[in-house]
Amino acid sequence: MATTTIKPQTLVGRGIRRCEDPRLITGTATYLDDIKMPGMHHAVVVRSPHGAAKISGIRTDAALALRGVSAVFTGADVAHLGPVPTAASLPGLRVPHHHLLAQDRVYYQGHPVAVVVASDRYIARDAADLVEVDYEPLPAVTDPEKAIAAGAPAVHPEWPDNTAFTYHQEGGDAAAAFQQADVIVTQRITSQRLIPVAMETRGVVAEWRPGEKSMTLYSSTQIPHLMRSLVAGILGMPENHLRVITPEVGGGFGSKLNVYAEEALVAFVAMRINHPVKWVESRRENFQATIHGRGHVDYYEVAAKRDGTMLGLKLKIIQDLGAYHQLLTAAIPTLSVLMMPGLYRFKNVSADIVGAFTNCVPTDAYRGAGRPEATHGIERMVDILAAELKMDPAEIRLKNFVQNSEFPYATATGLSYDSGNYAAPLKEALAQVDYPSLRAEQERARAEGRLMGIGLSTYGEICAMGPSPAMPAGGWESATVKIEPSGKVTVLTGASPHGQGEETTFAQITADELGVPIEDIMVVHGDTATVQYGIGTFGSRGTAVGGAALYYALQDLKAKIKKFGAMLLKTDAVTLANGACLDEKSGNSASLAQIATAAYVAKELPPNTDPGLVATRFWEPPNFTFPFGAHIVVTEVDRETGQIEIRRYVAVDDIGRIINPLLVAGQVHGGVAQGLGQALWEEAIYDDTGQLVSGELSEYAIAKAASMPWIESSHTETPSPVNPLGVKGVGEAGTIGCSPAVVNSVVDALSHLGVRHIDMPLTPEKVWKLIAQGGRA
Amino acid sequence: MIPQTFEYTAPATLDAALESLASGERKLLAGGQSLIPLMKLRLAAPDELIDLGHIPGLNEISEAAGTIHIGAMATHHAIETAAAIRGFCPLLAETASRIGDVQVRNMGTIGGSIAHADPASDYPAALLALEARVHLVSQRGERTLPYSEFLLDAFTTALEPDEIVREIEVPVEGSSEGYRYEKHPHPASGFAVVGVAVRVQARGGKITMGRVAVTGMGPHAFRDEGVERLLLDGASISNAVAVLGEGHDANSDTYASADYRRHLARVSAARALTTAISRVA
Repeated sequence: MATTTIKPQTLVGRGIRRCEDPRLITGTATYLDDIKMPGMHHAVVVRSPHGAAKISGIRTDAALALRGVSAVFTGADVAHLGPVPTAASLPGLRVPHHHLLAQDRVYYQGHPVAVVVASDRYIARDAADLVEVDYEPLPAVTDPEKAIAAGAPAVHPEWPDNTAFTYHQEGGDAAAAFQQADVIVTQRITSQRLIPVAMETRGVVAEWRPGEKSMTLYSSTQIPHLMRSLVAGILGMPENHLRVITPEVGGGFGSKLNVYAEEALVAFVAMRINHPVKWVESRRENFQATIHGRGHVDYYEVAAKRDGTMLGLKLKIIQDLGAYHQLLTAAIPTLSVLMMPGLYRFKNVSADIVGAFTNCVPTDAYRGAGRPEATHGIERMVDILAAELKMDPAEIRLKNFVQNSEFPYATATGLSYDSGNYAAPLKEALAQVDYPSLRAEQERARAEGRLMGIGLSTYGEICAMGPSPAMPAGGWESATVKIEPSGKVTVLTGASPHGQGEETTFAQITADELGVPIEDIMVVHGDTATVQYGIGTFGSRGTAVGGAALYYALQDLKAKIKKFGAMLLKTDAVTLANGACLDEKSGNSASLAQIATAAYVAKELPPNTDPGLVATRFWEPPNFTFPFGAHIVVTEVDRETGQIEIRRYVAVDDIGRIINPLLVAGQVHGGVAQGLGQALWEEAIYDDTGQLVSGELSEYAIAKAASMPWIESSHTETPSPVNPLGVKGVGEAGTIGCSPAVVNSVVDALSHLGVRHIDMPLTPEKVWKLIAQGGRA
Repeated sequence: MIPQTFEYTAPATLDAALESLASGERKLLAGGQSLIPLMKLRLAAPDELIDLGHIPGLNEISEAAGTIHIGAMATHHAIETAAAIRGFCPLLAETASRIGDVQVRNMGTIGGSIAHADPASDYPAALLALEARVHLVSQRGERTLPYSEFLLDAFTTALEPDEIVREIEVPVEGSSEGYRYEKHPHPASGFAVVGVAVRVQARGGKITMGRVAVTGMGPHAFRDEGVERLLLDGASISNAVAVLGEGHDANSDTYASADYRRHLARVSAARALTTAISRVA
């Protein structure tokens, strides 16, 4: 039921191909590692092989003696800099001082200990092996529940309980709701640690110009402007002396929504050796030293009436933080709390979070960031409740959805859901799979001894991060539109797209508003010296906030264009269409190029009007947006091996108005791939000593093209009232909707054996054991 | 990821390669699908790589007098698609088609694979079931070993440091035979968590020849003659595979425990036998 209405002569709503793709798929784009500079040196970071250890000595002479090595720096050299920043602020948050290099102790495998610089990348790598570090290994703790139990080794000696914070939030009266309940279901549900695995690892190039005292930092990041402010802070450098440039970014998924030690470290090295310096992360470093995602142990309780009406929800989250706070580490589980009610009318909720330090790399935002955990939990609990009450999982959802008349809907967690029609995508998805016949087929399959499952998830999502009061560092976005003297159009966006395709969608919006050919528009981003301050791309905000800022800048610019048009046409009112101003009375028109020339040559100006055609808007969103949708997954489980086959994947997503259905399909597919990865394959495993056992792509399985099912993607379209485009955001929806649908499907396939829950990933052995044991875990 | 410094030579003849191999800490490069990743992780650091990829004829595949001769540098893709192998030894073609992915099959070679002897590699099951032989050369001379004597243990073969695998010889399968390579690939690496290669001949519903070999389950591949005997004695498939792997150790890792691997080997063997029997002409 694609309800996109395409207006004639408009680009918005059309699935045009991405402007970015030719350079990306022909290998002519410039990624960080493509940057070469005269006299450039190369840095390699020496990292801890231990999960926890004291450093009793470092000897660098052998490394320094290697021909071509220019410098080696250790913790003492950078003790005065920093710390690596965190923006999360919670009451009583314990924040360990996060030095750029370890001082006398390492806290996780991969912890930076020294940096080696050489004239050649190979020499630098060889020299790194010659840095001798004396470690005295210490007991480690890598499991968050064990970390907060009595007697666990202390990650940071000053906080022996390993508790970085506790957080409580409630709405309504959960205790009363649980007293009134006919039925209470409880379940421990985990969302395992995941490795984001962007195809391009992180990397930094720093160029220091001592005469100008100016630093140019190239970084593969999602947040160039925030990085400039924060790295300037770490280095004690005036912010306006630092320029951050984001080249092509080969995937971020939240792992590049951060400021890492290496950005400041490489800049520091460049200043010290007076040469440009490049550092590119290896895949092993990417696994060990770039943030991980998820890492939840959740305890859920749902109170309901016998008719299926859900009354109350209690949740305790134990969040595996890792050893340090990266930019948003502690804030991520608070997003889970905000979204814990899902799409349902829970009036009474109570939530607690315990943030646990572990001897692991920090967790932080990874595609979905807090919402996949919450959605997985509530969608599993709804199924568990339905099974308890012997209700159909679709029926119990329809019964408890927030109703269309209730929007904007105030949740018990303090949010205001903007708009919705929650039953629509579910009904659409049920119709697409012909749900009653699917259930009949499942019954026949069971009679034949086959294990077929049907899983639903109806997810809610919080996007367009966000109103500034709710954000750690501003939630607005900026846009500048310039008509150049030739009439060509340049868009500068503070959003920093890195694969999302805003060069295309922003050009579509601009082309429609100005009536110019899309080829005349250039969308520029990711350079703090070129683009006005911005926030960046994450939290499905690029179009919903950055696109809205662009829309408003275009309105300002159109008003100014019309003033110049009226002046040229010697009239007082003109219309702007098809790239020209028209005087409807006389039929005379002036092209955008003519108007642009007039605005810049400025021989004559309209009253109270400055020369030039430039408009800038910083737009503050009044609310988040709340996409939603329904995913249905049909699985067949191999009774003998526990292997799961996905027979059908139907996704009906309501993400508000759609700018480009082709790009939306790409986001849904990519999102589902990462959701499937969590559901079926992925798990970052540390052993008890802090070794990352799943430390290579040969061990850690991510979705591959050949392992993906066909995704039947369609949409209902409920515009958001929050922004003038009516868009909501789609970057994370697929991931959020996916994992509970898959797990619900497999649990459904095994439910007659007594299985009511399985934790991810659903490895064949785990499933086989449940089958072999007749459902007893 | 950056390996340690090494010398690289690409001899144009086998004799030149053997001469280079005779001294020093040297490694043969035969596709590089295992060696190069190990070098990038600095788990292997040879002083010199001798690339066998430029020796004419070392990748030839031919059939003569009931034997298929496969040059050590034949790629997995060549083995998967060669008419001689598809026609006369389809079990090997089917096995090659399940290795890694297209890129790996285009680069990796059979000689490189069997000399590396990864316990989770695919060929060993098929080569044991096919009773293949391995032809080795050195400056000292030549010798031919049954593959079952060439493969000793995980990452361990009878190959001497100065020897090169020149050729693998595989007797052609009987035209009436059924065959199957049944594999459970690791979702990350694509290696065989368990792989079972089966050949059968049958007459009047009775199995007259059976070969069952297993890779991935334990430290090295093995042929299970206990299962084969039960099949010849008329046991049902389920009864025959119930003893599979007895007396052999099973590996355990984060993906699959020893118990699960053993179970998977039995399930895979039963499925391979069912398919193979259905293919008997």
